[in-house]
Amino acid sequence: MPFDVYLNVAVAGILTGLVYGLMALGLSVIFGVVRVVNFAHGEMMSIAMYLAVVLFSGFHLDPLIMLVPIAAVMFVFGYALQAGVINPFITRPEHSQFLLLVALAIIIVNVLLIIFGPDARTIQTSYAYDSFQIGRLIVDASKLYAGGAAILFAVLLFAFFRYTLVGKAVRACADNYTGALVVGLNVNRLYALTFGIGAACVGAAGVMMTLIVDVTPIIGPTYTLLAFVIVITGGLGSMLGALVGGILIGLTEAFAGLLFTPSAKSMFAFGILVLVLLFRPQGILGKRTA
Amino acid sequence: MTRKSRSNSARVSRRSFSAGIGAAGLVAGMAPFSIARAQSGPLKVGVLLPRSGFEAGIGQDCQRGVDIAAPILKSLGLPELAIVNGDTESSVETARSRAAQMISDGAQLLIGAFDSGQTTAIAQVAEQNGIPLVINIAAAPEITDQGYKFVFRNFPTAKMILGDAFENQKQVFNLVGAAPKTVVFMHVNDTFGTAMAKGINFVMPKFNMPYTIADEIAYDPAARDLSVEVAKAKASNPDALLLVSRLNDAMLLTRELVKQRWTPQAILSMGPGWYEDQYLKTLGKLSDGPLSFVPWYDPNKPLSKKLEAALAAAYPGINLNTNHVFTFEALLVAADAYKRAGSADPKALADAIRATNITDNVSIGPGIQFDGTGQNAKVKDGAVQNRGGKIVVLSPPDAANAKPEWPLASYQSRT
Repeated sequence: MPFDVYLNVAVAGILTGLVYGLMALGLSVIFGVVRVVNFAHGEMMSIAMYLAVVLFSGFHLDPLIMLVPIAAVMFVFGYALQAGVINPFITRPEHSQFLLLVALAIIIVNVLLIIFGPDARTIQTSYAYDSFQIGRLIVDASKLYAGGAAILFAVLLFAFFRYTLVGKAVRACADNYTGALVVGLNVNRLYALTFGIGAACVGAAGVMMTLIVDVTPIIGPTYTLLAFVIVITGGLGSMLGALVGGILIGLTEAFAGLLFTPSAKSMFAFGILVLVLLFRPQGILGKRTA
Repeated sequence: MTRKSRSNSARVSRRSFSAGIGAAGLVAGMAPFSIARAQSGPLKVGVLLPRSGFEAGIGQDCQRGVDIAAPILKSLGLPELAIVNGDTESSVETARSRAAQMISDGAQLLIGAFDSGQTTAIAQVAEQNGIPLVINIAAAPEITDQGYKFVFRNFPTAKMILGDAFENQKQVFNLVGAAPKTVVFMHVNDTFGTAMAKGINFVMPKFNMPYTIADEIAYDPAARDLSVEVAKAKASNPDALLLVSRLNDAMLLTRELVKQRWTPQAILSMGPGWYEDQYLKTLGKLSDGPLSFVPWYDPNKPLSKKLEAALAAAYPGINLNTNHVFTFEALLVAADAYKRAGSADPKALADAIRATNITDNVSIGPGIQFDGTGQNAKVKDGAVQNRGGKIVVLSPPDAANAKPEWPLASYQSRT
């Protein structure tokens, strides 16, 4: 097989993986700080996807333009969800949190089914069929824009946590809960803020995903599972690990389809997960805990 | 307390309890037959289609064949049918449960279900309950190879589709004076796609085709991204693509061909997707050119013209296609059998369907008759091509209304 085929598939896999990574980044941020495993993560992404579809079909607003507004809406949704519903469960046993978020996921899927019906919706942008050619490398324009936006969003997020006071306060909560309380941080508010940021991440990823795939209400659980595979592979709680895990899974799916059989590409992504769990249970960039 | 309870229950003796159970069983067992025989109005027909889920586009298109049927059947002097619609949700398990539900709700005959996997499940339920099933579209050979007595199919099997497809392909190659030397065979990995893939190895050698298969690529019909699949096919550098697909994946494949800047010499489809109205309307200029070698209608038959007119009146701008034709013909078989049986009794209906001999029909071939397995072995396929948002028939010669265009016009020149 010519080398350019591998190159094209690798680039497509990396670009898709970057969007996967941003989606998983939201899950990792939420778990890393709030210590709640968001089992409604993919379903929250499907809300953002439908917002993008509605805005495009109703007002012809391009998903890339609506990226920030939809992420902002998802931030408010996440903030309100944490403050109003999840916060009382923070100190309860993990199985209570699990059931709460699974119930939330089922509610989201069914509400979307009631509102939009079960059929796939698509966004046909003016650049839907465009591609860029550099020598023998052909890059899908939609994937390139989506991947680029994912990098930009991730960089802004890293900068927020590293250089802003609020970001440092959130990290302090994650590192030492009691210490954060002692120095007078409003932990509940920071938790809600973190959940909002996680929701904004998955919202942005959802908007970009509409450039690559069609949307159905039942798409959520698939992406929840994928997000878990990515964060466990990359390292639960590690932001960089989520991005690395996303790229790895994107590449694995792409090359499994090319070198083996496309109908079994998900199997290889799960194969990577099993290998990581066996030989590096903390994930590629995760820290080993006692 | 216990003693008193025993005393009360003793009022019903063991013998009278057994007799009661026996009588209840007899009544329950006879109830469906009594209901069926007592009805003298319209035949209650349950139409099961994938109206939602990833096959929804095609399922809803099949429904158009149901919607336009009543006045045509009436004009043919056939009795009225009471249609009950059911949704399989593109799922085998839902198809099975909906079929059982429809029968328990009094459906006297079932029609469906476009998809081979779903139809297989419905056929099992229909056979177990002794209710006739007339298959509109489903090609997996196993469905009529089970020895079922209540299952009938007026649609070619995968083997028949393949045989006719190769015959018609050679006809097209002769007409254009060109043929691909290599193809990549891409197919969905569902029941139909797998049956076609299995069959191709047995059927193709018999037809001495001018091309060889350079690679075979199976993929999930519900896939959301087919970029890798197209890249893999392109890497083999074949002259043409040989396909067995569905609707959503046909659109995804076309988008990827455009994005990856690859226009093969021809797209040779042996399944649904490429001729569907949704495909034509969604892709516009990009939908032109693919050749489909599929069960189709003979545009020169009188009943075809009636059906075309009825569809144009009910759904302006929609082309008559396989989905409408074979769903309509399934209703035609049901109404014709009901008229001859003179009863909604399931066995009488099944016997009447078995004796069907309809020559005034729509699909290509001499007409509708069923062999001992319940299969219409005389139905034939055609070769059709997308042309300016319409579908033209290229082969067989007696059903043709256009000449083929070859090769496929570059996708890049159309965007």
